[in-house]
Amino acid sequence: MTIAPAVPAAPRRRQTLGELKELQKLAFSAIRRQLTPSNSMQRTWIDGRPAAKVVAEFIKPNERLTSLERIELYNKQYWFRLLDCLYDDYPGLRAILGETKFRRLRIAYLDQYPSKSFTMRNLGSRLVEFIEANPHYLALRIDMCMDMARFEWAQIVAFDGLMLPPLVPDDLLGRDPEKLTLALQPYVTLLEMGYPLDEFVLALKKKSLRAEASNAMEMEEQSSSRKRTVRLPRPQKIFLGVHRWNNSLYYKRLEPGAFVLLNALRDGQTVAGACAAAVESAGEQDVDWAGHIHGWFQTFTELRWLCKPQS
Amino acid sequence: MPANRFNAFTDLGIGIGLRVPHYRHILDNKPTCDWFEVISENYMCDGGRPLEVLDEILEQYKVVQHGVSMYFGSADKLNREHLKRLKNLVKRTKTPFLSDHLCWGSVDGTYSHDLLPMPYTFAAAKLTAQHVREARDFLEVPICVENVSSYAEYHVSEMTEWEFLSEVVERADCGMLLDVNNIYVSSRNHSFDPYDYLRGVPLERVGQMHIAGHSKYEKYILDTHDHPVLDPVWKMYEHVIERIGPVNTLLEWDAHIPSFDEVHNEALKANQFVARVLKNGNGLRNRQRERHEALTV
Repeated sequence: MTIAPAVPAAPRRRQTLGELKELQKLAFSAIRRQLTPSNSMQRTWIDGRPAAKVVAEFIKPNERLTSLERIELYNKQYWFRLLDCLYDDYPGLRAILGETKFRRLRIAYLDQYPSKSFTMRNLGSRLVEFIEANPHYLALRIDMCMDMARFEWAQIVAFDGLMLPPLVPDDLLGRDPEKLTLALQPYVTLLEMGYPLDEFVLALKKKSLRAEASNAMEMEEQSSSRKRTVRLPRPQKIFLGVHRWNNSLYYKRLEPGAFVLLNALRDGQTVAGACAAAVESAGEQDVDWAGHIHGWFQTFTELRWLCKPQS
Repeated sequence: MPANRFNAFTDLGIGIGLRVPHYRHILDNKPTCDWFEVISENYMCDGGRPLEVLDEILEQYKVVQHGVSMYFGSADKLNREHLKRLKNLVKRTKTPFLSDHLCWGSVDGTYSHDLLPMPYTFAAAKLTAQHVREARDFLEVPICVENVSSYAEYHVSEMTEWEFLSEVVERADCGMLLDVNNIYVSSRNHSFDPYDYLRGVPLERVGQMHIAGHSKYEKYILDTHDHPVLDPVWKMYEHVIERIGPVNTLLEWDAHIPSFDEVHNEALKANQFVARVLKNGNGLRNRQRERHEALTV
């Protein structure tokens, strides 16, 4: 590489704040444009002009790279970084869909829902919404993919979501269940799924720590050579609580009645109302409901899932 | 080491970035390390394992926060939610000062998650300095801004990068996190002399330095943080500490991360240059002279 003397900047007049904003918008629109299938920058601009001509209007070339080639480095980096983040956060969805379909889904999703958060932790926060509206990206396994997307987002929430002071027995002493309301910890997600995806994910990979943010450049998107090695599950209705214990991620299978009870509590029903909803949903009378409900509350309290409602 | 108002008069020594693959080793073995730099955004969450690890680290080590998404140079207003979360973390870590980058990276609330190069204009410098001041006033800790590596330049620029950095830090009256690897990478990508850069910035404002490795390609250099520090970067590091004396120094290693010991040993190579400078007395003499000049102006 040869070093040429620096070319002094010679602007005609000083940039205004409005022009700065417009320049950043223009540059970002170039950086955010989808890459071609061969991971290059698109050669045609949004309005049909050559992209090289548009980019050359605001980016300087140097003796080795054109303006387009220089901005292309950022264009690639933008997509590789965000695609990699979803690749890491959704290993189950990747395993169901396969590499090609999963990549197509990620690109379409990020195109419609670019990051609105300072942290990439939230990058997948609207993925369920997106695939509900665009099921054609999922091919034949729509229900399973929907369940998996909800399940994997629940894991992100459980990993580092807020924990409020857990309920202790004293909080319940002398309280009238007809008036008492309780809440679920914000980091706990309740899921009703049509497939035993907890077993499927455990078989794929047990992930305990998220990768961290770094802005160092990466030259390649993550490997797409990983093959699915775990058989897809057969349909089976399950109820799951996705949570953490001692800061490790867990999935707890729930009885249908317990699932109804917890959902009712989360919806703001009183303890008595939630218990009645659980009994009613089962439709069985010859059951020791008092014992069942006592056991559930004991478990939920031990797991620290319950807390006081926030005003 | 030059403790100054830009780094809250700290004399931390040689540290490394706290990274996930090293958590277990650090928590189990409690190895000696002068200090750790933590990526703020990794701990700006509401709970869970990240904060548990951080709290354990804080019991044993000095920690300084380093951010990657404040985007002082974005034309957008600063994100208040981000600032609030950052302030909560500042209270938790008791970081003596913090740093983030001299770059932009968001437009109308959409984030690139990249450190995009600034157009070097007076309007951009003024806005960036205003954002640094706003953040510092809110967070109530000194802020050092870090020069980024870059791969593109704008026609509209009105000055060099080092003039822009100087303009921003003087206007904001803040410190610099001088990344000599970034300067080297940009100097090769934009064909300037990195020592012009070092001569052109107010080194007395350096509160911290970064060193790191990079990767060379046929037509450009990338700031990959996946190698040991290269010789030209060590020479620049030595040049700076000869001028100002040893300063809080941190090695960044973010990809293909080797063992804790390997990363730490690479960082500790900085001590060779520190020892040489102290032996020659250059840094001390220069600092004393600069202090004398400051007093007599």
